[in-house]
Amino acid sequence: MREKITLHVNGQQHVVEVDPATPLLFVLNDELGLRGPRFGCGMAQCGACTVIMGGEVVRSCVKLVSAVGQDEVTTLEGLGTPEKPHPIQQAFIEEGAAQCGFCLSGVILTAKAVLDEKPDASDQEIRDALGGILCRCFTHLRMLRAIRKYAEAKRT
Amino acid sequence: MTESRRDFLRSCGALIVSFSSGPLSLLPLQAPGPFGTHPSHIDPEKLDSWLAVGDDGIITAYTGKCDFGQGIFTVQSQLVAEELCVRIARVKLIQCDTSVCPDQGTTSGSQSTPTNFNSENLALAAASAREALLSLAAKKLGEPVERLTVADGVITGTMGRHVKYEELIGNKHFELPLNVKAKRKSVADWTVLGKPIPSMDRTALMTGQFEFVHNVQVPGMLHGRVVRPPEMGATVAHVDEQSVRNIQGLVKVVVRKDFVGVVAETQYHAILAARQLAVRWNPGPELPPQKDFFNHIQKLPSRDALNVDSQDVDARLAEASSVIRARYTYPYQMHGSVGASCAVADVKPESATVWSATQSAYPTRSIVAKLLNMPLEKVRVIYVRGSGCYGLNGADAVSFDAAILSHAVGKPVRLQFSRRDEMMWENLGSACTIQLRAGLAQDGHVVAWDREDWVAAMGNRPGYDQPGNVITGMLLGYEPELPKPGPAKPPSGEFHNRSNTVPSYFAGCIAGSCGGDGTIRSERALTHTVRSPFFTGPLRSPLRIQNTFANECFMDELCAHANVDPVAFRLMHLQNSRVIGVVKAAAQATNWQARPSPKTGISRTGTVSGRGIACVAYEGNNGYAALVAEVEVDLETGTVRPRRFVVALDCGPISNPDGLRNQIEGGILQGMSRALVEEVTWDSKRVTSIDWETYNSLYLDYEMPTVETVFVTPPDVPATGAGETAITVIPAAIGNAIFDATGVRLREVPFTPQRVKAALAEGAQRGGSV
Repeated sequence: MREKITLHVNGQQHVVEVDPATPLLFVLNDELGLRGPRFGCGMAQCGACTVIMGGEVVRSCVKLVSAVGQDEVTTLEGLGTPEKPHPIQQAFIEEGAAQCGFCLSGVILTAKAVLDEKPDASDQEIRDALGGILCRCFTHLRMLRAIRKYAEAKRT
Repeated sequence: MTESRRDFLRSCGALIVSFSSGPLSLLPLQAPGPFGTHPSHIDPEKLDSWLAVGDDGIITAYTGKCDFGQGIFTVQSQLVAEELCVRIARVKLIQCDTSVCPDQGTTSGSQSTPTNFNSENLALAAASAREALLSLAAKKLGEPVERLTVADGVITGTMGRHVKYEELIGNKHFELPLNVKAKRKSVADWTVLGKPIPSMDRTALMTGQFEFVHNVQVPGMLHGRVVRPPEMGATVAHVDEQSVRNIQGLVKVVVRKDFVGVVAETQYHAILAARQLAVRWNPGPELPPQKDFFNHIQKLPSRDALNVDSQDVDARLAEASSVIRARYTYPYQMHGSVGASCAVADVKPESATVWSATQSAYPTRSIVAKLLNMPLEKVRVIYVRGSGCYGLNGADAVSFDAAILSHAVGKPVRLQFSRRDEMMWENLGSACTIQLRAGLAQDGHVVAWDREDWVAAMGNRPGYDQPGNVITGMLLGYEPELPKPGPAKPPSGEFHNRSNTVPSYFAGCIAGSCGGDGTIRSERALTHTVRSPFFTGPLRSPLRIQNTFANECFMDELCAHANVDPVAFRLMHLQNSRVIGVVKAAAQATNWQARPSPKTGISRTGTVSGRGIACVAYEGNNGYAALVAEVEVDLETGTVRPRRFVVALDCGPISNPDGLRNQIEGGILQGMSRALVEEVTWDSKRVTSIDWETYNSLYLDYEMPTVETVFVTPPDVPATGAGETAITVIPAAIGNAIFDATGVRLREVPFTPQRVKAALAEGAQRGGSV
């Protein structure tokens, strides 16, 4: 039941041969070797598998690979590189906004998506957007500081 | 120490600290080891087991304490750089690889700092290496050690001649024992330690490059899934392998006693097979009802232990002017890692390698060897970070499971739990019932205090030889560790308070020798450990948070009965200067107004606010914290909103203040989540908290309080742990603040709106504080 599926991920085109019912997350991890999106719950309850598709955040653990289509998929590693991090990644680096770091795809990509959509989003609006994201190390304060820092830099 | 020696120590670290924050993932999986070391050579008494100087000037250090997000990788690198007077970029740390690192047991219990940062182990190794290099340089340069200075691995004599570390010993063994006389650099001379060096994993983490154990890929790797029983104690009756024969790429159904798993070519097909496999299970026993559980555990046969017993509490209580009684309960809670646990195992006929996120690399190696019936030296466990664990999450069990599956198929297998596998079978933080009574004298002092607690326990960390302590071992037929019922022996030997059973206000006297932190001499602390229906294990601040919740809230009850300010009343009953130090510092930092709790003139409607304090000497002597919580309580909904936490912490000299603050903030907010919403549920057959809809945690949209940290560091004290100190006092501080705000005492965690409302209604009925 394998099918050839073409995916556009982090600015590159990939052809993978997988069962079309496979969740996108497993294809990103196992076929493309990407590390940013991670398996947390498999039920869209925690956000660890978050990617951006067409400007929207998507839980890749419940998105079938066959349903991705032509949309560009951006993972955490698609934002910036260790040498040249994206400004939101840079803000997280400066604030040291991680402990174990497992949840970061959900935190960083969701915050980026909401601020791309609405650059003057209030703290409340940013927090609301992060409503489905879980960080069990409870690095909340530093994460929100980093997001605020990025938001302010983006506005000026 | 001579003056020139001090100058040397001061000058040697005077460097600009800069390092590349390149991804840790670039570290090779196959650690090279100190030039051909193999496990039987890792003698912790030998310097070469800890450190090696390469001919490129890189210092490779080997540690048995690993980083799972608490920052110990960075601070151990700082430690080695500091003692060896090199830039941190020249230190390459290899953590918890059993083929090259010394066996330091488990990374847990706030023990990494006391173990590796005082006068033993890694700290001693680094200091020993520096002294050895100086001796070698003295010979080479023809000058006494006292005249040498060193900067970034270059030793220079007074005549300007110099020699590099790698020229002295590059790629060669020291062939020396650890030098117990080697001097650690004094805190005043630190230039790398004690600084807020950014955690070294940051850039890789934020850019998605960091390698978690979930990302380990081995050539030819297959994917596994486990099929766990549907209920506690169920056993396999029949497995119908035919039921999954249509699954594409299925490699094998693995059954070993009650262990069932599948292996397939892809993750997706392993999941399909696990879901579809028809297994008939023999049912397990009925579970005790959750509703009555805290009474139930008080009736079970128990293993009893007395921490302290002055044998006069009944007599003193009979003489007291008033006796106060209370009963506190604390529920089972979960480690609840955000990532489902994962491991990769490559079991060959002659050897096995397991990539594991366990906190216990060496013990895991022993258990894997036992389960595979393989000689110990043929098994290698390589630590790779998993999702934050806060104790014993599924990392050990999944490592054993992966090894069994790989063994069964003769190929490398990656196994990742489902969310349900992770939560339904984890080793929970223990549920406890704690009963207390104390007598007050006319003058308001506490004259006697008696406390008795019941702890539900089954299993634990597997250690080196108890696989049955986690689910995998039990399914394979190994027994879990269980409390063996028996009466308490009279307390003997030295007083200890490892589980914070004993309140800080007890004198802690055994046979006339008093090791407690307080002044109350009529004292008894009796613990009953009973069999838990669920696996239990060391969840961050294990039993310490439960005990401290009861002890510190009950102390607050005594303050209220005595009508004395909670800070003043605590200080009246404390004698340990370090506990007193943090209590005073927390009160000062919050501009604490001395008055009894609760507040006077509390409104009956709307939102009320209050403040509460709690303190602890973690494990008796492993760090000291006092925390002031300021909370609001919505009287209509019963919602508790913490607004501000101020913690004063004394953990001795601080290796990295930025990393420490991160740990403290995380611990406090995690503790708040545990205090407000976290509670494991079950029905008559099984744990029903199996995902994030059935187990509550505070998400990122929660309006967080501010957290302020005050460090109290007395001179000349050793470094203690710090990752579990602040979390320990949180439920008590919040509970005390709720009492201050409302006059209502909550004696059951978590403080859900329903419980708060019920307590408020009961309080209103009684017409006053309860």
